[in-house]
Amino acid sequence: MTDLFALGLRNRRAVPFTSVPLESMDGFGASLAEAHARGHRLVSLFGLPDGADRLRLVAVVADDAEGALGVTSTVVARRYPALTPRCPQAARFEREIREQCAAMPEGHPSLKPVRRHPPDHAPSDWTWAPVDREAYDFDAVEGDEVHEVAVGPVHAGIIEPGHFRFQAHGERVLGLEIMLGYQHRGIERLLETVDRTRAALVAESIAGDTVVGHADAYCGALEALARCRKTPRAQAIRGVALELERLANHVGDLGALAGDVAYQPGASYFGRLRGEFLNLLLAMTGNRFGRGLLRPGGVRFDLTPDLVEALRDRLPRLSQMLEPVARLMFSDASVQGRLEGVGVVDPALAEREGFVGPVARACEIPRDVRHDHPWGVFRFAHVPVATAWAGDAFARALVRRIEIQRSLEFLEEQLGSVPKGAPMVTAGALRPDELVVSLVEGWRGEIAHVVITDGQGGIRRHKVTDPSFRNWPAVAAAMPGNEISDFPLCNKSFNLSYAGHDL
Amino acid sequence: MLDFLRARLAHGTPTTPFPGPGAALPERFRGRPVFDAARCPAGCRDCASQASPDLIRPRPDGSARLDLGACLFAPEDADACPHGAVQFTRDIAMAVTARDDLLTETGAVRLARPLDATMRRVFGRSLRLRSVAAGSCNGCEAELVALGNVVFDMARFGIQFVASPRHADGIVLTGAVSRNMREALFRTYEATPDPKLVIAVGACAISGGPFRGSPEVLNGMPSEIAVDLWVPGCPPHPLTVLDGLLRLLGRLERGER
Repeated sequence: MTDLFALGLRNRRAVPFTSVPLESMDGFGASLAEAHARGHRLVSLFGLPDGADRLRLVAVVADDAEGALGVTSTVVARRYPALTPRCPQAARFEREIREQCAAMPEGHPSLKPVRRHPPDHAPSDWTWAPVDREAYDFDAVEGDEVHEVAVGPVHAGIIEPGHFRFQAHGERVLGLEIMLGYQHRGIERLLETVDRTRAALVAESIAGDTVVGHADAYCGALEALARCRKTPRAQAIRGVALELERLANHVGDLGALAGDVAYQPGASYFGRLRGEFLNLLLAMTGNRFGRGLLRPGGVRFDLTPDLVEALRDRLPRLSQMLEPVARLMFSDASVQGRLEGVGVVDPALAEREGFVGPVARACEIPRDVRHDHPWGVFRFAHVPVATAWAGDAFARALVRRIEIQRSLEFLEEQLGSVPKGAPMVTAGALRPDELVVSLVEGWRGEIAHVVITDGQGGIRRHKVTDPSFRNWPAVAAAMPGNEISDFPLCNKSFNLSYAGHDL
Repeated sequence: MLDFLRARLAHGTPTTPFPGPGAALPERFRGRPVFDAARCPAGCRDCASQASPDLIRPRPDGSARLDLGACLFAPEDADACPHGAVQFTRDIAMAVTARDDLLTETGAVRLARPLDATMRRVFGRSLRLRSVAAGSCNGCEAELVALGNVVFDMARFGIQFVASPRHADGIVLTGAVSRNMREALFRTYEATPDPKLVIAVGACAISGGPFRGSPEVLNGMPSEIAVDLWVPGCPPHPLTVLDGLLRLLGRLERGER
């Protein structure tokens, strides 16, 4: 058996692609099964053409306790024995590989499409039948008085497109299947083909509410490949922006949850305070979502003394407004009654499936990239991991509430001592034939960009895994047993990204 | 109850005074770009935005035009001309009636004109819209949601987003129109009763935005659907959308920027 961790791979440390183990299919499967048995997480699993008729599969696993990343690979023909039976976290990745690369993982329990598009990373000799973008074989429940409810892709609110198919008995949900892909824009191919100036904008547009998170993962990957050393100042500014993004979204989510349980004061106040954090990003970057700030080499906008002063003045006041509203909402019996016991995620399932972010932390799994695989400013400033135990909508709200406090404390500390230095340095050319894994704890959880360069230092493969890709199965798993009318609330308590999943 | 009242008092009235003096936007805000053709050296062909594809469109006679509909409002866009001809202003007003109105030689644009009298009589005091997100990043949608909060409070103008196209007076498209959303877009459009308005919000809906050229998107609004209001931005500031809607309904002075 190969030691996947022998290379010493870490978050944002590039290694020669030739040094990545190349195992037999059997050995590759055994390595992933062993990693799963030892409690290591599958961070990414994807394919890239290896000649005209072969596919290289690359797997990245994480040992969160050690802050270590492992990597291995194999080469497969068009049909290969599926990894999922031995490594359950591979299930969704193998569906993705089938769709992107036209390979057939034989023995996979469910090969439904993930995004419904023709293969765009297949070896050139492989051919396939035209893809029917509307076809999807939904599971159905048979029985008297069992009925089916179909929702989407166009929803009642201002929400991204997705299709939800419920099997229900009366109001009780028996099963939920989620069909996505409506937001598929071909992000990975764009990142692999457009020039680098534009690619940064594409990375910022993977998920429009996670501009800073994805831009940080993208820049981190390119900087590692270019051996570019950012200044501590640039790292601090990125950290400030990332936590402002987390604050805006977590505060907004608390407001949206309040709205869904008809607690109007929460909806109004949190909704308004979310905008205050966006406006701080606007003052820093010229855009409410932080677009334009992060670029390979650092940040395009410096944190001037005036801005630091403004932030240090504004943040404590926002904190003072947030806290009473949070206290009111979380102590309100009717709010508690509506959130508790709704959309429960089983901690064992969360562990087995490798859920990430607040969804995992609400199941008492202390998983947080800032803590487990720290990068940039988070190597020096530690943000305590926030957890709750019930795994329900209330626990997910509670994790957000605690993280709001922790982010505010982090910002106070950072803004008190922004290191000196240049905000931007030249990133330079990428080293040829290397692989890097760049992880970020976005507000929804672990964002993973895996980049492999070609012989000329161009991008050979850019694999993006948004936390929503990991967590959508949690929404489907949490619904059975709940009432159909609780779905909006349940869905909101996860608040996953359609765009981030669909790419 | 006392705690509740205390929280209520602490928040005051946060609604933006718009229309009116408007909210002061920070110095770095990237609003409507302007184009100073006087800075263009004769015969210069150096203009090419590496960030926003097709931002500057050269013409055969040597002059060039800026396409606000292709602008991604990235800081790099100001570098698109090495002679400094492109600059961002802090102006939020830039929504227009016709696609061609977004093409400008100076950055000045003819802002959206009011609907005709009949349409204004129908929609002027009460406009209900259905949002269709189709191949977006969710940035524009986030700003449409923000229009409903207590700060922008679009409902005070009688404008609301509704749950069904059957209840709507028009649709708001966001996103580059992914192939997977094409049919749903057309079906939503057809389900909206006539007379109806169509509003394209954001660079994606206008020109494909950062996804322009991807085989998985249609580069914005399909030509079969006539558009009444084009709102540039990536994403547009909520006030840019609100300004455009109010101009369309004839609720603001006519303007040129």
